[in-house]
Amino acid sequence: MNMSFSTSHSPNTDCAAEPHESPSPEIGGEIQADDKECVLVEAINMALHYEMARDDSVVVLGEDVATNGGVFRATLDLKQTFGAARVLDTPLAESLIGGLSIGMATQGLKPVAEIQFMGFMFAALEQLTCHAARMRNRTRGRLACPLVVRIPCGGGIHAPEHHSESTEALLAHTPGLRVVIPSSPIRAYGLLLAAIRDPDPVIFLEPKRIYRAQAQRVCNDGQALPLDTCFTLREGEDITLVSWGALISECTQVADQMLEQGIAVELIDVATVSPLDIATILQSVAKTGRCVIAHEAPKTGGIGGEIAAQLAEHALLDLKAPVLRVAGYDTIMPYAKKEALYLPSAAQISSAIQQVLSFA
Amino acid sequence: MRGRQQFSIHFLQYLDPEGNLDLPLPEWTSDEPLLLSIYENMVLARLLDQKAVALQRTGQMGTYPSILGQEAISVCTGLAMAKNDVLVPYYRDAPAQMIRGMSAAELFMYWGGDERGGNLNTTSRDLPICVPIATQLTQAAGVATALKIKGEDSVVVTSCGDGATSKGDFMEALNLAGVWDLPIVFVINNNRWAISVPLAQQTRAPTLAQKAIAAGIEGIQVDGNDPIAVYEVISQAIERAREHKTPTLIEALSYRLSDHTTADDASRYRDADELKAHWQEEPIHRFQQFLHQQGLWDREQEKALQSHCQQTLDQAVEQYLAAEEEPATAIIDYLHAFLPYSLEGQRSAIQHKDAPVNTEGESR
Ligand SMILES: Cc1ncc(C[n+]2csc(CCOP(=O)(O)OP(=O)(O)O)c2C)c(N)n1
Ligand SMILES: [Mg+2]
Repeated sequence: MNMSFSTSHSPNTDCAAEPHESPSPEIGGEIQADDKECVLVEAINMALHYEMARDDSVVVLGEDVATNGGVFRATLDLKQTFGAARVLDTPLAESLIGGLSIGMATQGLKPVAEIQFMGFMFAALEQLTCHAARMRNRTRGRLACPLVVRIPCGGGIHAPEHHSESTEALLAHTPGLRVVIPSSPIRAYGLLLAAIRDPDPVIFLEPKRIYRAQAQRVCNDGQALPLDTCFTLREGEDITLVSWGALISECTQVADQMLEQGIAVELIDVATVSPLDIATILQSVAKTGRCVIAHEAPKTGGIGGEIAAQLAEHALLDLKAPVLRVAGYDTIMPYAKKEALYLPSAAQISSAIQQVLSFA
Repeated sequence: MRGRQQFSIHFLQYLDPEGNLDLPLPEWTSDEPLLLSIYENMVLARLLDQKAVALQRTGQMGTYPSILGQEAISVCTGLAMAKNDVLVPYYRDAPAQMIRGMSAAELFMYWGGDERGGNLNTTSRDLPICVPIATQLTQAAGVATALKIKGEDSVVVTSCGDGATSKGDFMEALNLAGVWDLPIVFVINNNRWAISVPLAQQTRAPTLAQKAIAAGIEGIQVDGNDPIAVYEVISQAIERAREHKTPTLIEALSYRLSDHTTADDASRYRDADELKAHWQEEPIHRFQQFLHQQGLWDREQEKALQSHCQQTLDQAVEQYLAAEEEPATAIIDYLHAFLPYSLEGQRSAIQHKDAPVNTEGESR
């Protein structure tokens, strides 16, 4: 039974973002902790600034990341602050970005690469899948790949083709890659710090639909949040709602609406979709007996299927109703005109919950 | 072959930025309707671009990549090709696509987020644009291989930006075109920028045309804002590809006078003086001066052309805005030639999305 990612952490919420991993190596100078009201992309920028100041082995690279500060401005002012040697505009070549990051990582640097959009990661996948994910195993630990690849993911911004996909399952199906998706500014900050400090490769997917959606007070104290750990955002006894990324907004909305109707939804943000913290989900389902999983990616072969399968394996006797998935259709992400039709909605999540609750 | 070889890259320009002749005109320029067609298509392209940007700015269209200042390259590409040739374009090739049958309304649809914009409304075999940079280039090599295997005398013209030359796909396609003697013409729109990254950060090579040398194929650099030089170079390359099955790489030097797309703000990374200087070299003014000097163009003609283009474009906008929405099921109906039975449930769920959940569909 693969339960090695079980967690003893108490549920986290945005306001009480414990438990914190304490920052380990002290390389750079002193860092002042300060709070800032910021949106998700600013939280990412803040984490990058923090970690580059703290650890001079951190290097940022990618297309348009230096002078322009990234097309979404996630790397704004890094070049001005840390210099052109540590903040690199690469030529336009994703395979290069993948291989370059691996090479740097094997030599003790901590590259944080940006792939401009998820639709453009494919040329880099050969490097990430065939090498980044395997370097530690292949050398029996002699070499490792402590790299981070940041990639804006998901739909909802009316972008052209290849700018709106959710292909996290492709990455999650590669053993050796960690796949993390934050759903709020606080979690973006803490999880990105954890990703950079992690000794292995982490693909950090940033739901661009919520890049500027909601501002939160983020404490710029350099405290990482744990990887491989679900965050329980709402506690409830009636049903478990599992999701991640941008859809957490809709899920939160639904959970709040449900509460008004007297239904207590336990909302779990998976955050690290691989390796999966199934223990937290199992604990919750042991309590609620019901589960709905919501994700933006196409339903078939999505991570929702993996969660449902593990529930079938480990929680069959806890379940009072079938597990339902609300997901994208098994089709190509439509262009802007019809993307709303594709994206799972709050209404779909509500009705799935109703359906599961009304199962006799 | 051993030892040191000498190579050089030829640069071609007939018209200087003022529209004055540097060289005697090539023979084809006696074809006045062709000269006028180049000009008219460039003006149409410029006005189309303005329309598209206006549609985006008023929320009626999505992100759009302007071709401001680079019209000559795409217009000459479109005009130099034969109907039965195959265009494998990139996203700053709307003028060539339109010369080959795409309507302005389709272009608006495409950038307005409607897949019907990719239908190209013609019977042509042209490929749609590839958004992932440089990926069209190896496809173009495949098209050229198919034409060769089928024994056709058609050729392929494919294009990309300067940034695209940094991707492996570019060198892979170029290399194969050499090894297999493919009937293909590669056109690089060297507009000096790849979003915020200037060409000097893509390559140390003084020209992009010289990348042809490594592939063992013909490479030439041309003033991409001089329509006469561009047309000359492209039509000769097409001829070589057709007659001798030899590929050519053309580097057309131009300049991106706009932001990268409507989602970009180039003033963040690009010097205003540099931009201003390049306005002096843009192709439409240059060609208009030339036509004036040749006695082929006057104010009246210009006025008539402007109003004709505006009318065409207004109609296109109207058609675009009035287009009936596709049915919801269109998002799944073109996935396969036949809908797999396993997707029938999802197809019907799409029609009443916010009613019950799309949980049906997996079960038979
Ligand atoms: C594989 C890939 N990576 C990144 C992008 C994002 N992107 C779109 S256009 C562009 C720059 C392209 O520059 P260039 O090839 O010079 O063409 P230009 O836009 O200047 O005509 C980039 C990086 C993309 N579309 N595809
Ligand atoms: Mg360019």
